[in-house]
Amino acid sequence: MSPGAGDDTGDLVVEARDLQLRFGGVTSLDGVSLRQRRGEILAVIGPNGAGKTSLFNCLTGAYRPQHGSVTFWPSSGRPAELVGRRPHAITRLGVARTFQNIRLFPALSALENVQIGTEVRQRYGAVSAILGLPHARRAERDGVRRAGELLDLVGLGHRTHELAASLPYGEQRRLEIARALGTGPGLLLLDEPAAGTNPAEKRDLAALITRISGTGVSVLLIEHDMTLVMSLATSVTVLNFGRVIAHGTPGEVQRNPAVIEAYLGVADTTGDAAPAGGVDAGTRKELR
Amino acid sequence: MSAPNVPGQPSPANPGDQPDPVRGVPAGAAPDADTMALRRPPAQSGAARPAGANPTDGPAPPPRSPAGDSAAVGRGAPAGGVAPGGRSPWHPAMLFTPARLRQLGALVLVGLLAAVVTGPTGNSDEPLQAAWDSIADPRIVLFLILAVALWVVLVLWAELRGVLTRLTAPVRAPVGAAYGRRGAPIVLNVVLLAIAIIAPQVVSTAAQQSMVTDIGIYALLALGLNVVVGYAGLLDLGYIAFFAIGAYTTAYFTSQSAMPWHAPFTLNPFFVFPIALVLAALAGVILGAPTLRLRGDYLAIVTLGFGEIIHLVANNADGITNGARGAFGVPHLSVHLLGLDYTWGIDPKPYYYLLLAIVVLVMIAFGRLERSRIGRAWAAIREDEVAAEATGVATLRLKLLAFAIGASVSGFAGVMFASKQFFNPQSFSLQASFFVVAVVIFGGMGSRLGVVVGAVVLQGLAFYLRDKVEPADRYIYFGAVIVIMMIFRPQGLVPSRRRRREIELSEAGIGSADSLGSAPAGGRP
Ligand SMILES: Nc1ncnc2c1ncn2[C@@H]1O[C@H](COP(=O)(O)OP(=O)(O)O)[C@@H](O)[C@H]1O
Ligand SMILES: [Mg+2]
Repeated sequence: MSPGAGDDTGDLVVEARDLQLRFGGVTSLDGVSLRQRRGEILAVIGPNGAGKTSLFNCLTGAYRPQHGSVTFWPSSGRPAELVGRRPHAITRLGVARTFQNIRLFPALSALENVQIGTEVRQRYGAVSAILGLPHARRAERDGVRRAGELLDLVGLGHRTHELAASLPYGEQRRLEIARALGTGPGLLLLDEPAAGTNPAEKRDLAALITRISGTGVSVLLIEHDMTLVMSLATSVTVLNFGRVIAHGTPGEVQRNPAVIEAYLGVADTTGDAAPAGGVDAGTRKELR
Repeated sequence: MSAPNVPGQPSPANPGDQPDPVRGVPAGAAPDADTMALRRPPAQSGAARPAGANPTDGPAPPPRSPAGDSAAVGRGAPAGGVAPGGRSPWHPAMLFTPARLRQLGALVLVGLLAAVVTGPTGNSDEPLQAAWDSIADPRIVLFLILAVALWVVLVLWAELRGVLTRLTAPVRAPVGAAYGRRGAPIVLNVVLLAIAIIAPQVVSTAAQQSMVTDIGIYALLALGLNVVVGYAGLLDLGYIAFFAIGAYTTAYFTSQSAMPWHAPFTLNPFFVFPIALVLAALAGVILGAPTLRLRGDYLAIVTLGFGEIIHLVANNADGITNGARGAFGVPHLSVHLLGLDYTWGIDPKPYYYLLLAIVVLVMIAFGRLERSRIGRAWAAIREDEVAAEATGVATLRLKLLAFAIGASVSGFAGVMFASKQFFNPQSFSLQASFFVVAVVIFGGMGSRLGVVVGAVVLQGLAFYLRDKVEPADRYIYFGAVIVIMMIFRPQGLVPSRRRRREIELSEAGIGSADSLGSAPAGGRP
């Protein structure tokens, strides 16, 4: 399915094979396979309900697919099978994510939100915390410092002590990215990070993703905005009705007749379900 | 006012095409990520979604706050939706918002309740006669007038505060920016500690006794349960079972005669502290490991059952626990160490000071715990369990930890309790479990000072009522006090800062509210 990649798995960061996910009668993923090379920015696109978020949920352990497997290559250590692990274990292996509908810890400060991530690998326990042992204090300081650096990275250095819920929408999205980066991922999954942001914020976001990718983190990105996808992604995988219908460079995918038809078809058949003037129409226009 | 959030429908404050499964459900009842989280009923996938709220709509601009006003926005609340303090022009009809009418209704109910409890006492032949008598009595009018008057005062006060807020709005920091110092101010703590130290000197011996067995022990119990309920957001209704385990462990190890069942040797009660601590924690883990996977409401039921089992075994296993007669003759606490010889005797004061020291130490310890990565992880679990998992928080393990810590405090308190020489299974009834939960909610979930003050107030009330009201009626008063509290101050007597913020946010329709008590998430009408 990913032409070009051949059989060589030496430079892969994640590979999903033949994922099948059903909810009763609804089949969200129907034999989806996907490969991402280390350091690459891979975009997953597709109409609403195509199964993109379901794919993310399978990769991160939130859903367990009925069939298929996912292999992840941590930056150090041996490759690991992800299916069947609990989400937090997958995060600790080095796969972090954001959510399509932002899910921050609303009553915690921006700093605390990121700290939750940076402290995930710390080992000190309840007794050390209560006794205030030196190694616990040191770990605590490290966590705060790292979280502060990440807030600066995403441009929220001035918001450190504000509540997550009080931040404007665009900043909440970036805070969620900072929190995910706090866990020290080798692979970062972003679910529609640009949704609901304005053009200026989109540009900032693109720059941020490039910067993150520059630090050696592989980025797997769900995005609807084709301009953003074109400017960022090294390659694109297209889903429709739970199947991969195309894979290639952004340019190839954009010219692919199956892709164009998927978007046109979906816009027609789900016209009542998708809000008028919604993403499908927008993307269709971009695709042309 | 703002767009109403219809329960069970994707709310506009929740953009994206997956309804947030946690919001609107008590945090304690958060669905398990593997089975329910992120679930999107197909029927809701698109049709039920308000068009304007979909952030993926190209043309429709994202919901944003008025520029710079960082207080109003959360998770893309609709513009102008939940501006706190509402800027719309004043109108008399605003005096009668549904919330206020509800408040009026509640007050009237409380008035009626008060009329009944202060009225004539009933008898078992005609159980309803007393209620009718007191409602028919002219006093009812007085209570109703009082209720309405109280409501008027509250409404006027709220209006006045609204006006003040509007006047001072520009100089006030946004809600979110108010993120201040930790804990209560030092002065307050010192004053409270001084009061706690002086108090036993000025009250009767009976009151001193109560300050030990009721207030002190319950403060300790509440501090432990606060870790479970307040920090981790789990509802444990069988909490007193661990207390019983601690008490019976003490009787087993320290005395040959307290129970038919006893150890072949006797230990000083001080050595039983660690044993009871470990045993209770172990029981907590054994009970928690399988049940913490379940959703919050199941956990409550399982713990409830566990509490009843322990209570019934204690009550009925005559040959082991001495049954309903209870254990008698557990030795007092004593130290015999390095020439130091001291026994905590009949006098309640030394016990009181020992308990006070323990309570203060536990408060300090749990304060540190709450501010550590563990406390933050608990907060994360409370606020959004799915996100916590995705951020690498081992939610199951941390819940189990909270459960075990709570249980061990309870077991510890049990040793203290048993070494007052006598106890019987009545102290471990369901009512006792509920009472600890009530203390925690009443005092302020998540607030260490709050739950201790809660124990003082509720047990103080119990002591005060002891001579005035028949034991069977006492719970009516507790009920009334707690109901009034929940109406006017759902965050508790001394709320924790985090909790208060969570409640503020949930009232603005943001976040998953809190596990118990307060208003459900969803816009304030
Ligand atoms: N928890 C769930 N329960 C039932 N159906 C689901 C669930 N999650 C996803 N689906 C279904 O799977 C399909 C794909 O959804 P999703 O992955 O969210 O699509 P996308 O993210 O591409 O818009 C949809 O038909 C959706 O209804
Ligand atoms: Mg999606």
